[in-house]
Amino acid sequence: MAQPGTRPVFAPWNDPEQKPLIQFKNVTKKFGDFVAIDDITLDIYRREFFALLGPSGCGKTTLMRMLAGFETPTSGTIMLDGVDIAPVPPNKRPVNMMFQSYALFPHLTVWDNIAFGLRRSDMPKDQIPTRVEEMLRLTRLEKFAKRKPHQISGGQRQRVALARSLAKAPKLLLLDEPLGALDKKLRQDTQFELMDIQEKTGTTFVIVTHDQEEAMTVASRVAVMDHGRMIQVDTPDRIYETPSSVYVADFIGDVNIIEGTVSDVTDDKVRIDWAEGQPKINGTIAGGLAKGTHVHYAIRPEKIAIATQPPTDRANVIEGTVHDIAYLGNISTYKVELAGGRMMKAQVANDRRIARREITWDDKVWLSFTDTAGVVLLN
Amino acid sequence: MNRRFSWFNATSLTLGFAFLYLPMLILVIYSFNASKLVTVWAGFSTKWYGELLTNEAFLSAAWVTLKVAVISSTVATVLGTMAAYVLVRAGRFTGRTLFSGMIYAPIVMPEVITGLAMLLLFISLGLDRGVTTIILAHITFTMCFVSVVVSSRLVTFDKSLEEAALDLGCTPFDAFKSVTLPIIAPAVVSGWLLAFTLSLDDLVISQFVAGPSSTTLPMKIFSAVRLGVSPEINALSTILISIVTVGVISASLISKRNIARQRADEQKALQL
Repeated sequence: MAQPGTRPVFAPWNDPEQKPLIQFKNVTKKFGDFVAIDDITLDIYRREFFALLGPSGCGKTTLMRMLAGFETPTSGTIMLDGVDIAPVPPNKRPVNMMFQSYALFPHLTVWDNIAFGLRRSDMPKDQIPTRVEEMLRLTRLEKFAKRKPHQISGGQRQRVALARSLAKAPKLLLLDEPLGALDKKLRQDTQFELMDIQEKTGTTFVIVTHDQEEAMTVASRVAVMDHGRMIQVDTPDRIYETPSSVYVADFIGDVNIIEGTVSDVTDDKVRIDWAEGQPKINGTIAGGLAKGTHVHYAIRPEKIAIATQPPTDRANVIEGTVHDIAYLGNISTYKVELAGGRMMKAQVANDRRIARREITWDDKVWLSFTDTAGVVLLN
Repeated sequence: MNRRFSWFNATSLTLGFAFLYLPMLILVIYSFNASKLVTVWAGFSTKWYGELLTNEAFLSAAWVTLKVAVISSTVATVLGTMAAYVLVRAGRFTGRTLFSGMIYAPIVMPEVITGLAMLLLFISLGLDRGVTTIILAHITFTMCFVSVVVSSRLVTFDKSLEEAALDLGCTPFDAFKSVTLPIIAPAVVSGWLLAFTLSLDDLVISQFVAGPSSTTLPMKIFSAVRLGVSPEINALSTILISIVTVGVISASLISKRNIARQRADEQKALQL
């Protein structure tokens, strides 16, 4: 996430001098009456690790297939390196794709799978073995070169697919749910491996995933999609900390969402009236809001503290009783019932071993958070 | 599964197989009869097989049959594979159901009608009847069998394999040649064998479209039998039975074993 201050921050999207590698300009894609992509305009920059994130059917795969050349936009243009790629067939594009099913050729060995694209490029024949060896080394597959795809494990197959799609040194690599078929532990290791390889090769990666953790881990920027539209395009930390809508806040991570009305405004500070008999929530929004505006207040559970005594120094304090406790090892999530039956989640890091839990079921507790902990959302 | 061999199972099995294979068995046995008279057993002999080799008429008919079977099954395999590929891959288009129905209709069409239709076509085109017309007619009726066998394999073929080939720089034809074809090859081969055996033993359609100089083996046997069954015919039929048996068994073995293996490989490749 945040880079150390001494290193230059990689953020070409903030630099007006930078030319994007890929530009979507008002791209729409329809399948019959169904609008899969709805007027998307988007820039992706060189060396970016860009994640398209959304539930199934949100259009992320269609967007990627348009980059690969398997779908053509109904309207709008897609530019790659300043060239409109609509008339270029998939086999002529400087783009390679890693398929969700890996799509390894079952009748060819690992070696031949990796060499497949090189043999169809203008690379001289005598340089192909060197390049294949290089890819095998990069993906640590030297020992399996002579095996067929069905003779290796799932993780190894994933690496063969990656090596095959990187072999031609594409300007852009597309990854369609690349880790979907791996178990959790292997997936986490592979995520770091992917980032490593992306950095080593300097290739621009576009990854499609429905796993928000995966998108947050690997990507330099994340695009959250829904129903063929871009809801928010931003860095992972900004997507998490300052979601632009209730949808994004709800889709990424765990969140408490409270509906209410603005009752007082002082500069950037607003007071939100959200339930009868409850103290108003003190929130912050740049530029303030008009009195009486209907808002959603989104706050992450880990930003809420839980205590058995009412704290005195916090901007917001709400009283309740513990309804449920989920112990996850590293953290515990408390589901607290407020007056009126509303539930609010608070998360506490278990930073020391607890022999006896201080707070337990049906205890009276006080939830508290600062006036900048949550986000005031308008829709 | 009931693995007990009860008297009921045994009887049904015996009756069933007897019904199917007794006639052929008798034919095979009598082909080794030393006597000239078909119905009188006079000891074991292979002399009729020897005599067959010197019979010019039978040999030339055998040559015509083989030529027709090889050419027609090869062309039918190419056409049938193309048809199957288009019908499975083209996706939804208007009239798709009609097209696929039309491909498979000749399978259930009475052979007499196919034969007659072919004959009328050749006459109206002014084509001289002979080996060429037999080949054309055989291509027509064996093609749909090839297409059925190949399309059943293509249905389970993972389309992203072809997309991966395109993505890696193949032209659509190159993708078909170097990825799709090697993977569906077993189905194509068993389609060819099926077409070959169908062409080899076809009598009805050949009868319609053959000319005076182009007698196939089944036609020769049929006409010879009208003058009385000779042990020579028995010997010839025995040879035909063995060729067809070998053809059919290898076709089904190839498709069963290889398709099962390929599918298992593909499944494994798709899973973890």
